[in-house]
Amino acid sequence: MNWLRHFVEAVHQTRAGRISFYVVLACILLAVVGPWIAPYGPFERIYDVDGRLVRLSPPTADHWLGTTLYGRDVFSQMLWGARPALIVGFATAFGVVAIGVNVGLISGFYGGRIDSLMMRITDIFLGLPFLPFIIVMLAITGRSTTTIIIAMTLIMWRSAARVIRAQVLSIKQAPFVAAARTTGGGDFSIIYREIAPNIMPIALVNVAFSLAWAIITEASIGFLGYGDPKATSWGTIIHDAYASQMMYQAPWWVIPPGIAIMILVSAVYFLGRAYEHVVNPRLVGQ
Amino acid sequence: MRQYILRRLIHMVITLFAMMTIMFFMFRLLPGDPTMTMISSAMYPKAQEAMRAQFGLDKPLIEQYLIYLKNYATLNFGYSFHSSRQVSELLSGRIVNTLVLILPSMIVAYGLGALLGALLGWYRGGRFETSIVFVATALQAAPVFWLGMLAILLFSINLGWFPPGHLVTPGMFPDQNLRMYVSADFLHHLALPFLVHTAYQICFPLLLMRSSMLATIGEDFVEFARIKGLRERKILFGHAARNSLLPVATTIPMILSWALAGSVVIETVFSWPGLGKLMIEGVQRSDFPVVQAAFFLIAVLTIIGTFTADLLYGLLDPRIVYD
Repeated sequence: MNWLRHFVEAVHQTRAGRISFYVVLACILLAVVGPWIAPYGPFERIYDVDGRLVRLSPPTADHWLGTTLYGRDVFSQMLWGARPALIVGFATAFGVVAIGVNVGLISGFYGGRIDSLMMRITDIFLGLPFLPFIIVMLAITGRSTTTIIIAMTLIMWRSAARVIRAQVLSIKQAPFVAAARTTGGGDFSIIYREIAPNIMPIALVNVAFSLAWAIITEASIGFLGYGDPKATSWGTIIHDAYASQMMYQAPWWVIPPGIAIMILVSAVYFLGRAYEHVVNPRLVGQ
Repeated sequence: MRQYILRRLIHMVITLFAMMTIMFFMFRLLPGDPTMTMISSAMYPKAQEAMRAQFGLDKPLIEQYLIYLKNYATLNFGYSFHSSRQVSELLSGRIVNTLVLILPSMIVAYGLGALLGALLGWYRGGRFETSIVFVATALQAAPVFWLGMLAILLFSINLGWFPPGHLVTPGMFPDQNLRMYVSADFLHHLALPFLVHTAYQICFPLLLMRSSMLATIGEDFVEFARIKGLRERKILFGHAARNSLLPVATTIPMILSWALAGSVVIETVFSWPGLGKLMIEGVQRSDFPVVQAAFFLIAVLTIIGTFTADLLYGLLDPRIVYD
């Protein structure tokens, strides 16, 4: 957990980093407790005393963010929606970086044929259009949280692999690698004991940026109608509003999920940038 | 240089070929049979078989694969499951619609983004710079389809300045031709998606150019230009900005491919009949020949874009070695 403490200390050095850290922490907390504190269920239809469905009610004391066309409480949906966004986001980000780190390490370390083969494969994946690929995958495999994570990971690892390979290429030249070699270290030990710890900072920066992208992408998938039908996420709230064609009559339905995504993703961006500036001091400025 | 272009061309063909292979096996081998929409299990087994034979699905997979490659190589995309029309017929016009929306907007975003980023980096410090950086990051973090919806809400519904979507007023141009693309009505419809897309895409080059400028300003040659007594504007644009441009330019192919892939969402919000929207409609109707063809064309545009951008570096930075 040493790197985690280092990460927290590093991002605390700037004000933007500090604020973002607590915003992300608050969102994680919301994802954990949201469903418990939500006054209504995500698919619960709300009826008034006369037994009529409470459709498209503007924000009131009972429904802080109003209700949808289907009589659902937007505030409750917002609380439920944090969890899928963060689960998909984190799972994808870690999957992406896990593949990216391994491809980058092996490709960069061995070089030669292995390297050119792996980089050709990476290039092919770079040629695949991002969102269309995910949508086609989901159309074929069916929509669930797991398939969304798999489809996103399959297409997102490509950029992480490139960045990490470049880093491995420069670390490979360091004297301590040669030292490990002379003391009889095998390839495996050199790759994972000597080089890997040194790319951790870059990997962590990549986790942050992948997380930001994954959250936006999860919302886009939800908006296009390919979200997990069993879960309510911020993206699917926007989709419901869009599909009902009532979104422009009911701004309270569309505005909150977008703002939530915007706050969370900007916080993650700022966090990634704050950390990047500590681990890569050549980047001046901020 | 010529050798480099040739090598890149060969790479491009290999990538295209690999992509088509991935696509073929994705549609054929993954769980969930796309032919299910056409051949229902309620049909007589004999009829099912006849149908399979008609589509060539009774042939071995390898043979199907070769036929598929041959068809795509000759731009024969087959027939739509949904409308029984030829897919190539449905595609015509769609490519132009997507490019007309995405390309000008990307050019403006990069041009204006680089200029603004250079100015921000040069006159750094102060509240103005901080707030621009903050706004740009927040905009970049917002889902673009949501920005589109807000823009429609504000500019179309409340203010009534722009139509809320579609290519042209329905019925005005029954046959899409050049006259339509230069008409005032079309430009009026294009304005809002163009503005939203540009506002969203400008953030990345702007922020990158700013950091790149900050790094360049510290370099000796900028100091030297000052000592020589060059005018401020000359140092800014002729020396500092020019040298900061390269890291920004290298991101063009990546961002362009993101934008083309992202056409799926922006076209959906604005009911813009481009490739992305066609693909989404195809997926919704399980019209797999259409999905496959649209996906293929988006990928081809991406690959061509990357290739062109790679060649452009050479013009921008003479230091690049074509190994």
